[in-house]
Amino acid sequence: MITLEKVSFTYRSGQRALQEIDLNLEGGDFIAIMGENGAGKTTLAKHLNGLLKPSQGRVLVDGEDTRKVSVARLSRKVGLVFQNPDHLLFSETVKDEVAFGLKNFGFAPEVVHNQVTRTLEALGLSEYAETSPFLLSGGERKRVALAAILATEPDYLILDEPTIGQDYQQKERLRNFILQLYSQGKAVVMITHDVEFVAESNPKVILLSQGRIVAQGPADSVLSKDELVKKASLVRPQMSRLFGELTKYGLPSDVVDVHRARILLEEKLSEAKVRVAQNS
Amino acid sequence: MSLRTLEGFKFSTLKTPVHLLDPRTKFLLVIAVLVPALLFANIYVMIALLLSQVPLLFVGKVARRWALSLRAGVFLSALIFVVNLFTGSYLSAIALTLRFLVLLTSFSLFFMTTSPDDLGLALDRIGAVRWLSRRWLGYPNALSFTFTTAVRLVPTLAVDAQTVVDAQRSRGLELDKGNLLKRVRNYIPILIPLLLIAIRRSLELAEALESRGFPGKEGRTSLFQLKLRPVDYSIIAVSLAIIGISFWVYFHYKIPVL
Repeated sequence: MITLEKVSFTYRSGQRALQEIDLNLEGGDFIAIMGENGAGKTTLAKHLNGLLKPSQGRVLVDGEDTRKVSVARLSRKVGLVFQNPDHLLFSETVKDEVAFGLKNFGFAPEVVHNQVTRTLEALGLSEYAETSPFLLSGGERKRVALAAILATEPDYLILDEPTIGQDYQQKERLRNFILQLYSQGKAVVMITHDVEFVAESNPKVILLSQGRIVAQGPADSVLSKDELVKKASLVRPQMSRLFGELTKYGLPSDVVDVHRARILLEEKLSEAKVRVAQNS
Repeated sequence: MSLRTLEGFKFSTLKTPVHLLDPRTKFLLVIAVLVPALLFANIYVMIALLLSQVPLLFVGKVARRWALSLRAGVFLSALIFVVNLFTGSYLSAIALTLRFLVLLTSFSLFFMTTSPDDLGLALDRIGAVRWLSRRWLGYPNALSFTFTTAVRLVPTLAVDAQTVVDAQRSRGLELDKGNLLKRVRNYIPILIPLLLIAIRRSLELAEALESRGFPGKEGRTSLFQLKLRPVDYSIIAVSLAIIGISFWVYFHYKIPVL
């Protein structure tokens, strides 16, 4: 479990990035952290594996205070995937890139080999194993960066803006992949601006604004409230806007995903059909 | 030495009398410090040169950050002192260490109080720079533009460097682990992404510039024009005098270390 207790953080420039954040993260959790640019999302993520230490309060990873443990040790449990893959790709081949973390953590060569093969397969990157990561497209590079972290099988996976530059099919695959991970008992935290992606995945949403948590709860209740969403400089997902207009027909306003929308609309339509049949 | 060393060379937007001096004046002042510092290895000269810059640091409101850069320079100073102790007397070792501090201070003062834009403008006004630029790059402002851009990109690159370090540490990289060779190799995963980011960024910058019509037909004009004020003229006169006297003394007398 990762526990943040009244965590505040101030950069050396004097900028206050986080103020009194309380947060619990357990296996099986799926959390989306959303908020305006500069709200403190990435700063928060960097606290989870000890890259940044809180100015006040403390962060405990499985009971260990991040101030007292090295980043390398925390990184075995907490995998942080950075937003821009260009900040971490350096190897000659995709295979070597994915193996880098495993080697740093001291795994045996055959374990490294097996893990690399498995991870590349899972992310649909097997055909690029021997390719230079720099020859891949932006979206593919991003998946290599994800593979590089996933290969070490962290208990907690932190994804900074995973959907940027991914086409819709890739987003769909990413969603399924995340689903698989947290149903296996891993914790997944996703930092994102992508309301539609969040609406469809239905995680717990934490809204950050100016370094504070302004709201948290299930995606459908948080993302369907105009005043909350505006605070975090977001707009409601399309489905929520549509259902906001349809309340006069007795439909609920907190619908954000296609699946639930379909069930509700089907119900309404068949009711209407019955009524039409009765009238005629 | 860390990135923090750079703090002592970073420009901050203030409007002190030192900031308002013409960049050319300030550059001449740097040379006026440089010339005697390099001609004479005398302890008194070094102390005088060092002290003479202190008021400017205070007037320019950069004394605190100068102290930061000094603190970062301590390691290098110690190295210079020890190396010179082996090759000469302890007095010359002191003099040479002081010389390093004098040079550090004058460059630090110059870069902390001169905006890169002003520097670019100043370079643009120097005929030799324009001529060279036209010969090599076919456009009179290209060299000064390159210089300004390079200076401008340093803080951006510093941010990137920090992110790359963070990203690789998150993958279990421990920079200060292992013997010397291992430690040097530890920097490969930092340097390669950083280099590629820089190259990619400059290509993008070039494309962005070209799509906005750079360099244009008539060459570049600028909104702000540099103008020498009476203060500048008097400082230029003093600087030239110092440089002249230094050379005169150097060719006529032999100055001992102490």
